[in-house]
Formats: sequence, C-alpha cells, structure tokens
Amino acid sequence: MRGQGPRSNESGEAARSSNLWRDGLRRLRKNRLAMAGGVVILLLCLVAVFADVLAPLPYTKTNFGRLNEAPSREFPLGTDQVGRDLLSRMIYGARVSMLVGLGAQIIVVLIGVPIGALSGYLGGRADICLTRFIDVMYAFPRLLFVILVMSALGAGLTNIFIAIGLTGWVGIARQTRAQVLAIKEKEFVDGARALGAGFGRLLTRHILPNALTPIVVSVTFGIPEAIFTEAALSFIGVGINPPTPSWGQMVGEGQQYIRSYWHLCVFPSIAIAVTMLSFTFFGDGVRDALDPKLK
Amino acid sequence: MFQYIVARALWLVPTLLAMALVTFLVMHATPGSPLDPVAEGANPLSPEAQKNLAEIYGLDKPLPEQFAIFLGKAARGDFGTSFVYKTRTVAEILRETFPVSLLLGALALALAVVGGLTLGILAAVYQNRMWDYVSVSLATVGVAVPNFVLAVFLIILFSFVVPLFPTGGWNSPRDWVLPTVTLALAPMGIIARFTRASMLEVIRADFTLTARAKGLGERAVIFKHALKNAFIPVVTLLGPMFAAVGTGSFFVESIFRVPGMGRFFVLSMTGRDYPMIMAVILTYGAFLAVMNLVVDLLYGALDPRIRY
Repeated sequence: MRGQGPRSNESGEAARSSNLWRDGLRRLRKNRLAMAGGVVILLLCLVAVFADVLAPLPYTKTNFGRLNEAPSREFPLGTDQVGRDLLSRMIYGARVSMLVGLGAQIIVVLIGVPIGALSGYLGGRADICLTRFIDVMYAFPRLLFVILVMSALGAGLTNIFIAIGLTGWVGIARQTRAQVLAIKEKEFVDGARALGAGFGRLLTRHILPNALTPIVVSVTFGIPEAIFTEAALSFIGVGINPPTPSWGQMVGEGQQYIRSYWHLCVFPSIAIAVTMLSFTFFGDGVRDALDPKLK
Repeated sequence: MFQYIVARALWLVPTLLAMALVTFLVMHATPGSPLDPVAEGANPLSPEAQKNLAEIYGLDKPLPEQFAIFLGKAARGDFGTSFVYKTRTVAEILRETFPVSLLLGALALALAVVGGLTLGILAAVYQNRMWDYVSVSLATVGVAVPNFVLAVFLIILFSFVVPLFPTGGWNSPRDWVLPTVTLALAPMGIIARFTRASMLEVIRADFTLTARAKGLGERAVIFKHALKNAFIPVVTLLGPMFAAVGTGSFFVESIFRVPGMGRFFVLSMTGRDYPMIMAVILTYGAFLAVMNLVVDLLYGALDPRIRY
C-alpha cells in the first residue's frame, strides 16, 4: 500500500542517502504521466503567483448589464450571476487552491511529524495514548469532522488551514511513528548514541532523515486531499468567504443554474478535475520513484 | 458463531454511547448556540426570548442532565423536535429521508462492488493490455476527481449532450441512474485497484498453477480458485467504503436534488440544530457499525480459515 516504509533497504540507506534522492529524481523524470502532472502543477503555481498580472479584470468587478453570458471574445469563459468575468475568477481561484494545498500541508507536517516522531521515539504511555487517539480520529469520517470544525470557526481561508491542519496531521503522525519505531533500533542509531549524541540530535540528525521517504510521499498525496477538502467546503458554503473566488464555491453556485447556464460550473469543474488528476499522477510518480517496491 | 454475533451486537451499545457522548461534548463546546444562531439569515434574539426558549428545549439544565435526558428519550426512539424545522420531530424527518439515502447508498455500493470487481478481474487477467488500461484510468479518475465535479460532467454528458437521463429528482428509476453512478465511481475505483492487485498476486500463486495443471478450464481457475481468494482483502475495504458513500451522498444528493438525509449532515451543524446533529450522527454511526459487523461475518463465510 502507499506510504509504507522501505523496510528492506533501510540499512543501506544511510550510506547512500544522497543517491536515493538522485535515483528517485531520475526515475521520476522517466515517468511521463508524472512529469505531465508536474508541468500542470508548475503552471498552476505560476498562475496562482501571477494572478494579478494574468487576470483581465478584477475578480470583484460586477457588470449588471452582462449577466450569465456564455463565453465570447470579450469574456473568454463567460460571466457569472452578477456579471463578473469567469476567467478572472478562475485565475484567482487557482491561488486559493494552491495556497490551501501547500499551506495546509505545511501545518500538517509541522504538527504531525514532531508528534509522530516523539511518540515513536519515547514509546511507553505517551505512545499508547497517541495511538488510541489516532485510532479514534481515524474512525471519524474526516470530511464530517472538518465541516464540524468549520461551522464552529466560521468560513475563511485561515480557518480552512486550521480545520485541515487539525484533522490532517493524524495520518502523517502515524507514518512518522511507524518509521521512527523501526529505525530507532538500528545499529547506526546505537552508534550515534554511543558517541554521545543527545536526544535532539539523534532524532533530527539520525532518525528523521532516514524516515523522510514515506513522509514525502504522504505529503504529495496530502496536497490534493487538502485541495479537495477546500473545494468541498466551499461547495457547501462553509469554506472561502465570498467574494474571494474558489473553484469549489463556483461549482456549488453554478450547479444550481446548470440547466440554463452550463458554463458557470463546467469550467471550474474542469479546473478541479485537472488539478486533482495532475497531483494524483505526480504523487503516484513520486511514490514509485522513491520506493519502486511499493508499486 | 451465534455467540460471536450476539457479543458483537452487544458491543454496539457502548460504541453508540461513546459516539453520542463525543458528539454531545463537541457540539456544546463549539462556540455559537441554537438560541443565538450564527446561521445565515438569523436574527438576534432578546435575552428574555432566549431564556424562554432555553427552558422549552431544556437547554438551561446542566449538561450531564441534558445528556441523560437525551439518552433516556433516544432509547425510546424519541430524538425531540428539530430546532430548525420547528413543526416536525427529528424522528419524522429521518423516517422520511433515511430510506431514500439508504436506497441511493445501496444502489451505489452494489454498482461499486460489481463494477469494481469486474474491472479489477479484467485488468488482472488482461494485464498490460487494453482492459487493464481502461480499468486503471477509470479507477484513477474515480478516486482522484471529487464526486460533485463528476456529477457536473455526467449531467453535461448524459442530460445535455446525449439526453438520456434527467438532471435531478427522485421519482422514477430513471432518476436513480446518474446519482448512483456518481456516488459509485470513487468506491468502484478503489475496489478495482485492490481487486487487480490481489488478483495478480493470486494468479501467480502455486494453487492456481495446480488448478491449471490438473486441467481446469480458464473460467473455473479464475472464478473458483483465484477470485475467491482475491476477494478477501477486498471485503476489508467495504467497511470504510460505507463511510465514504455516506459522506459523499451529501454532495450527490444536493446536486441531483435527491430528498435524502445527506443535507442534514451540514445543515444541522451550521444551524446548531442539536437534536438533529445527534440523530444524524447516531443513525450514521449505528448504520456503519452494523455494516462493519456484516462485513466481518461475510469475511468468515468467505474464508474458512477464519473462525469465530
């Protein structure tokens, strides 16, 4: 299954750790589907960064004379219910999606990795508490939990980060814990300890670098999940605050008029689908490249 | 066996109790109250009105007492009156909407299991040939693309471009097709992936070779020997799958205007409709727990090595 550790090559890994990444990159380059996904992701990031330059109109500019217009030369993707340019809103929507995808993942890593690492390294009662807690969190339907948190905190980009961070760290903590558990018994860790390495140094210099592969894989799959979560939340109406455009929110609003104005929800739907598929292909590629055995 | 079923069924009680307690605590711990709703379009109430309402709904009592009252009533199937739909009891609303969601979910799961198994078997038997690619790409799309986006594409394709099915509603079996397919695609993709992987493993196993060596036809080898063994890991997936179909149904129901329970998941939470939240979560939880029990029993029936 995805994300389990490379048990067999652990012992050799420390010695050729720079090679592991170089080999991985080489394998990734050969994977055409993954590279295509990577190119699309890069483009999306560029669009997100340069949204202000790329968008033909401000995303809040309404035009009540031109409501719900189909795509035309003037408005390449048409206009929405209050006459805003759909293309401009889509471009700014990319910004929200990318921000959530990357930003939430940073929070998830910052919470999940230390907790998982400590619990795996220390063991004992702390570890038992954490594993129980993780099991309970796993049993809860994730999306429901996020919706619950969002309805408590209220809509908004910061709150989306918090909601995804609060619920998303569990998986990565579980992974990190399993890795640390396996690695802390290795001879090279004993060696480092015998040479006088302290607790902090052992964990950050010797154990974690060797546990990185599954964490990286899990992050690459976490990004599309976060993007999906944001889209789903905004679709329901508890995600991004209007007028900030989000693809999910555009689909949610547009699908109500799908019979009369198909373009309102079709373009953002395509954007979400392409983004999700690109990240999936890229994630699959990264997983296979870093750990060919998992394929 | 019988003992096992009874024991597992009895375990339902503490499970549901724990679930009720957690939901109750989280619900009351979140800021905002049903008396002073943060929901859209709500007007602020005067303190006196709030006090009166709190008395009527028993919200002025201490939390442990409220919880005890809730438990006592819930045990008799009484979940109280909805705070949002004030004229109807929660039980009434659920009686009306739960069967609809159940039907949609059951149809979707049936399609997911049958479709997923078929695709997975085809992919494994014809590995690295056309069927393999078709089923792998379908699985990828089903897993990666959110179901509300799939719904939009399906509506465009099968309601507008080729007008086969209506865009929404829940009156005739023809209305069932698109929501069912939308909801089924993700679990179908997952099942197909797993079936493919475990079939590939089983097809190379020694006992399959033996079956072939003793002269069995390809059909018998695949269905009698390989599939039965490959199916076991797939059954494990079914538990979480029920959960996915359950949460997914909110989006599908809202897009296709299916009058099911899904919309109450979100509406009850944003509207601080305490009785509704409790009832929805518990119905869902009980359903999941029962389904997990069924899956475990199925497991034992399929695999004679497992004994209870």
